[in-house]
Amino acid sequence: MLHLVNKSPYDSTGLESASKYAGKSSGILLFEDGVYAAMSGTAYEDRIKEIMGDHDVYALKEDLDARGIADRVVDGVKQITYPDFVDLVEQNKVASWS
Amino acid sequence: MIVFRKAPYGSIYAFEGLENVLIMGAYDQDVSILFIDDGVYSIKDGMDTEAIGIKNFSPTFRAIEAYDIEKLYIDKESLESRGLSVDDLVIEPKVIDASEVEALMEEQKNFFMF
Repeated sequence: MLHLVNKSPYDSTGLESASKYAGKSSGILLFEDGVYAAMSGTAYEDRIKEIMGDHDVYALKEDLDARGIADRVVDGVKQITYPDFVDLVEQNKVASWS
Repeated sequence: MIVFRKAPYGSIYAFEGLENVLIMGAYDQDVSILFIDDGVYSIKDGMDTEAIGIKNFSPTFRAIEAYDIEKLYIDKESLESRGLSVDDLVIEPKVIDASEVEALMEEQKNFFMF
């Protein structure tokens, strides 16, 4: 399964809920404001590392670029582009957490 | 599966979720319903919305059974952390824990998250 998160972790419980209910083989894809969770040097960094212990975490490059944080992504987060996003959605069942 | 995870009156999500449940029911779709996070507030009993000028749609959840939708679930931790129990609800979903929610979600084909 693939869990989509499009809200900042400081604004919404979407990512927390996604990681809580997602099975261990499930991936979590951050896009739109969800990508702020992938930023290093933040209050959320330890938590996203913890989440990466159980899940593959992806962040959409286009949204990282748009927000000026593509050079500050936590190690281990997989940066993907729109075509990769489409492939992942095709390959997985999808649940969206806003 | 239709998932409720927002409180009822601060946004339109819960109401739209309920509309979707009724539509799925009307078309005899095999649907499961799950209440997690603030979604549990949508089925709190004793609501009186008259003074806020919004229709109280919680009684409509009781109509779900008339549509032969019987797969109703609620997350134990979401319920308990909000000081609620099944006795406080307008319907009686099955109480399941986070690992059971995880397993249930894996069984589903599609998700409509509200």
